[in-house]
Amino acid sequence: MRNVLVICRKELNSYFASPIAYGLMAFFAAIAGYFFYVATAIFVARGMESMMMGRSFPMDVNEWVVRPVLMNVSVIGLFLIPMITMRLFAEEKRSGTIELLATSPVRDIEIILGKWLAAVVLYACILAISALDIAVLFLYGEPDLKPILVGYLGLLLQGAALLAIGTFLSTTTRNQIIAGTATFAVCLLLWVFDWITAYETSTWAKVMSYMSVVTHFESFAKGVMDSKDAIYFITVAFFGLFLTARSLESLRWRA
Amino acid sequence: MIQVEGLTKRYARTVAVDNISFSVEKGKIVGFLGPNGAGKTTTMRVLTCFMPPTEGTARVAGFDVMQDPLEVKKRVGYLPENPPLYPEMEVVEYLDFVGRIKGLQGAELKRRMDEVSERCAITDVQTKLLGKLSRGYRQRVGLAQAIIHNPDVLILDEPTAGLDPKQINETRKLIKGLAGDHTIILSTHILPEVEQTCQDVIIINKGRLVATDSVENLTHRLRGAEVLAVEVAPRDGALDSDEVSRRLAGVDGVSRVEFREGRDGRLRFEVETAPGRSVRGDLARAVVESGWDLHELHAAAMSLEEIFLQLTAAENEAGEEPAGEGGAA
Repeated sequence: MRNVLVICRKELNSYFASPIAYGLMAFFAAIAGYFFYVATAIFVARGMESMMMGRSFPMDVNEWVVRPVLMNVSVIGLFLIPMITMRLFAEEKRSGTIELLATSPVRDIEIILGKWLAAVVLYACILAISALDIAVLFLYGEPDLKPILVGYLGLLLQGAALLAIGTFLSTTTRNQIIAGTATFAVCLLLWVFDWITAYETSTWAKVMSYMSVVTHFESFAKGVMDSKDAIYFITVAFFGLFLTARSLESLRWRA
Repeated sequence: MIQVEGLTKRYARTVAVDNISFSVEKGKIVGFLGPNGAGKTTTMRVLTCFMPPTEGTARVAGFDVMQDPLEVKKRVGYLPENPPLYPEMEVVEYLDFVGRIKGLQGAELKRRMDEVSERCAITDVQTKLLGKLSRGYRQRVGLAQAIIHNPDVLILDEPTAGLDPKQINETRKLIKGLAGDHTIILSTHILPEVEQTCQDVIIINKGRLVATDSVENLTHRLRGAEVLAVEVAPRDGALDSDEVSRRLAGVDGVSRVEFREGRDGRLRFEVETAPGRSVRGDLARAVVESGWDLHELHAAAMSLEEIFLQLTAAENEAGEEPAGEGGAA
């Protein structure tokens, strides 16, 4: 466990020593902020409308602002993940520092967990920026806190799962660009699989849709914690980390 | 300290190391000599548990590299050919990280960091970024990294490659200073390096073991017949290479004289002596008495290729030009 933390700290240091972390944060702050603005603007406009028409049905901030923002953040996250994970192993392989890690008295699994954990922490830091947007809602209204927390838990689980896949793909090459592109392709597929249900209802379409991260994030965004969805993300994370371990081991045999 | 038995490493298409066995005693400096692509790095990677062998066993400090890799890794310090440095880290940060993954912490880590910095002469670059260091400093930081956990065994892959002569000298001194508390294996393709730093030598070529011996024995074996480089300059007028050649060959104890090249009127010869004969004095006198100037007279270092030719005398491929890798000593 100590080794995991040592490696995790080293990875975080190199994220924050280079422009990657700051660049991703700035990029994310701008886009998440824009979506937040759009969601609140629609909410305010609708609110005015119904007031003028004399209707007084209560509008829910959680439903009108928080949920669409979380859904958007979930999709933006898909774009961030390749940029976070692509360097994890590819860079070590290219620069030869993998020899240092592999000949130090640490287990492969400790290296993998350390790196993955660092990626998750960075991802969580980036998510925290969107939490600032949501926090503004508390200044002017009374949103329900619990569904927001569930939503963020969902975002974190989704991130952890996809980051594990990205970590795996990073071990397969020494070229960061290839690792990043492959991860992006997988993230994109896991997103668009959901669209299939729009025009197909047969079993295979349902299976495809089940594999999509979006399907599983939806209930989290609503503030509903469904164990089925949590298990999906945890399974994907385990699967990704398992593949990483296998891939790292095979690297030694092939080297 | 190190026992290797029947070690074989096959890649998809090639056999990098073919059935090698050797052992290294505690506290020795052993030179691992071979041309590029001989399998030196592969063998070292097996010993450091970077990759498993295809066949055979290797034990380091009493632990098998396949059975107890963690125990082996705790006792081995490894400097790969390219020092494994993170360019975005400062030297202190790097040593701190390496110390920690090698199991040091707290006051001991601090103490070891200071010690190795002192020893490898990198105290003046502590807060510099690794990516900005010169080649010599990178090598020294790499060495500091390898010894930070005070390993029993030190494995250095071409530790002097790419350094300038002054740095090479410093590195050799440093390595010599480390012997005693550490058992050291260093790989190189330069013969004089082995002669100057190592006690024992393991020679491999094309994945096969050619010889293991002490450096003394080996040089003796190889230098039974001494090869001398002689340069003769004219006093006045020009020199006739045939005439000089004849005169040199006439010296008692000389078995072979070969004309190498003429430059600025001076002529260079390679003279081989009969085994066990010292002819330098006679050679010098012969040159001077013939009315010429003796410009240079020294033992010619044997190149690696020549050594392989001698050691693997079985396949007698004559007429091979010795490449100038060993250089003049």
